[in-house]
Amino acid sequence: MFNEMEEMSEIEEDTQKNRFLTFSLEAETYGIEISCITEIVKIQPITDVPELPEYMKGIINLRGKIIPIMDIRLRFKKEPKPYNDRTCVIIIDMNNLNIGLIVDNVSEVVSIEESNIVDPPTVSCTFNNKYIKNIGKIGKEIKLLLDCEKLTRDDELDVIRKVV
Amino acid sequence: MSDLYADETMVDLYVFETSQLLEQFEKTILSSEKTSYYTEDAINEIFRIMHTIKGSSAMMELSNIASLSHSVEDAFYFLRENKPENLDCSELTDYVLDSVDFIKTEMEKIKSGNPADGNADDLTEKIKSFLNTLKNGNAKLNSYKAVLFFEDGCEMENIRAYSVIHNLKEIASDLSYIPNDVAENDDSIIAIRKNGFCINFKSDYTYEKVREFLSHTIFLKELLLDSDEETTEKIVVSEVVPETVIEKVTENAPVQIVVEEKVKTPVVKETVKNSSTQQNIISVSVAKMDILMDLVGEMVIAESMVLQNPDLAGLELNNFTKAARQLKKITDEMQDMVMSIRMVPLLATFYKMQRLVRDMSQKLNKEVQLKILGEGTEVDKNIIEHISDPIMHLVRNAIDHGIESPEDRVAKGKKSEGTITLEAKNAGNDVLIIVKDDGMGLDKKKIYDKAFKNGLTTKTIEELSDITIFSFIFLPGFSTNDSVTEFSGRGVGMDVVTKNIEQIGGAVSIASSMNKGTVITLKIPLTLAIIDGMNIKVGESRYTIPTISIKESFKPVEKDIITDPDGNEMIMVRGRCHPVLRLYEYYNVENAVTNLTDGIFIEVEQDDGIICVFADELLGQQQVVVKVLPEYIKKHKKLHGISGCTLLGDGSISLILNVSGMIN
Repeated sequence: MFNEMEEMSEIEEDTQKNRFLTFSLEAETYGIEISCITEIVKIQPITDVPELPEYMKGIINLRGKIIPIMDIRLRFKKEPKPYNDRTCVIIIDMNNLNIGLIVDNVSEVVSIEESNIVDPPTVSCTFNNKYIKNIGKIGKEIKLLLDCEKLTRDDELDVIRKVV
Repeated sequence: MSDLYADETMVDLYVFETSQLLEQFEKTILSSEKTSYYTEDAINEIFRIMHTIKGSSAMMELSNIASLSHSVEDAFYFLRENKPENLDCSELTDYVLDSVDFIKTEMEKIKSGNPADGNADDLTEKIKSFLNTLKNGNAKLNSYKAVLFFEDGCEMENIRAYSVIHNLKEIASDLSYIPNDVAENDDSIIAIRKNGFCINFKSDYTYEKVREFLSHTIFLKELLLDSDEETTEKIVVSEVVPETVIEKVTENAPVQIVVEEKVKTPVVKETVKNSSTQQNIISVSVAKMDILMDLVGEMVIAESMVLQNPDLAGLELNNFTKAARQLKKITDEMQDMVMSIRMVPLLATFYKMQRLVRDMSQKLNKEVQLKILGEGTEVDKNIIEHISDPIMHLVRNAIDHGIESPEDRVAKGKKSEGTITLEAKNAGNDVLIIVKDDGMGLDKKKIYDKAFKNGLTTKTIEELSDITIFSFIFLPGFSTNDSVTEFSGRGVGMDVVTKNIEQIGGAVSIASSMNKGTVITLKIPLTLAIIDGMNIKVGESRYTIPTISIKESFKPVEKDIITDPDGNEMIMVRGRCHPVLRLYEYYNVENAVTNLTDGIFIEVEQDDGIICVFADELLGQQQVVVKVLPEYIKKHKKLHGISGCTLLGDGSISLILNVSGMIN
């Protein structure tokens, strides 16, 4: 009985690990670990908050909770696209810090084995690399796996580093 | 698993209860000390408190606290029964307060999950010797000389002799004995066998009592007891306690170690003592209160969402309106009640300062009196935690830097005793906490010199206003002390004050005059959660201004608007000139009304000045629940002029404007 319970808890863990929600942005496909995703909602009216960086669009009211919204396109320095009805907001939660990410569309949830996950190239220190935790391979396709923590953390360092 | 939780809640409850009791205990002791007098009521209360602490500590298996409180309890029992005359109140209070401190430290240890392993034995020893002195002062001391002979063949006479000495220590002082190396030297056995064990001592026990006491020694063959006592009436009186002590002592086996930590017994006199307000109070966990507050907030929002629903616009709904009004009334009342539950009077915080003042004034040899006014003023529970530290720092500064030594004060023509006044009062939507002292005031020149030296300013002393110079002391690391003392000098205190007060949205201000004193005022907003706000529209965005800061609103006339050479706009209102703030410009809002005559001006006031805010239109007044901006945004950057956000009736978000933030 105890063994069964242990097995069950192991299986439970497995259902969340190594599973990623993929979404596409221009030509690349990104993945986010589903353990940090709380929900996905359709795009809704955003209240502008002044004096925030370009990519911080503002805040939304999600059933009484105030969530700041970041546009991933602008964050990754792509051309902004107008929002349509396929645009979604992925709400992520890291250490009780919530933010919402606006993405063009979401694809599916995939499982990627440990063996198919490799570290990102450490040579070029371009801006994007900061948010890429590692790279996953599915068949012939490459998915860039985002680091939730870095996304929710303070971006001040980022700004300073760019200046320096 | 459930046991773990049960334990935790029990520990929490214990710590909470004991801390409460200790606070009350301390208060009683301090007020009794002030009057150098312990009333009947005070003693009873202290006895009761210590009894409760003893019981609960014993149940939590904290024997050190239990035995300490047991001895205090015994001491006060003695006091209650005997009322000794020669009590040194202040020294006694020191010991009692030391015991309180010990228990407090143990509480802290438990709170942070560490074992409560403090040792109160040192304190015990000190108290015991003090108690002896007291007893000796109480009764006439008699000198005795006793010679004990043990039974032949009982062996180990030296050990027996040692145990006699040990037991005798309980009731005697000034012990000397021959041979005096009984514990270490086995050769003493022979001396004892030959000459007997000879002890010289003083005791306040009567001859008979001493004889009886010594006769109980096991294997005693013969006892020779001499005394040169002079009997006085006092001895009869003091027998009351010794009796009970002896009974306990002699009942036990020869080698006893009765460690009774007798705290110095306080003098019993009459003072006016308030009976404890232990009526009908129930303690609730703060977490539950927070959830309740949140729910009430949500309810207010939901209520406005129902009542201001666009579906209802334009319909004639008489009965509905009546019912809605009733609903609103009830929700308002409920909201008020919940808010008031969270309000806690400041008196607990203020009374803690009494202890601080007492300790510090003793250590620094200054005479300081603490006056407390308006301690019944209530603030939100959250806020209390944030102001207790700042107030402590301010009081310390006042005593350390402000109040001069008694000699200096007399030389200046002041009373030798300095006064620190702690006052709290309500002022509109804020609570003002004022720390006032009649000491030497802030030395403007000294502060300026230090600031200049550290490169904090390049202006001359005349160019800077008093307030600016005084506000230098708030900067971290700033201190005019040349060296660091136990209490201050690191330049940290005032920085802590400002940070803490700013955190809760308050403000600090100073006024001072040389040799007269200093006044520091803390202005703290009453509640953080729900405010009366006026909703305004700028373009597509909505903002809310707290009604309390709005003086009036009006439509401007073109000719009243002036532009100065720098490009700053100003407007004339009833003969006074105020700067204009165009919200759409300030926050880069699109599609807003730009023509000044088409929009509306709102005159808002903050501490020092008035500005006129320009918006498209007023949307209406509403009670709004303040929601904090998400952490992510707050971390990013301190947004000027926005102190939070709120949800409007239609679900959209409105940003709450903080006027003072916009001006600075």
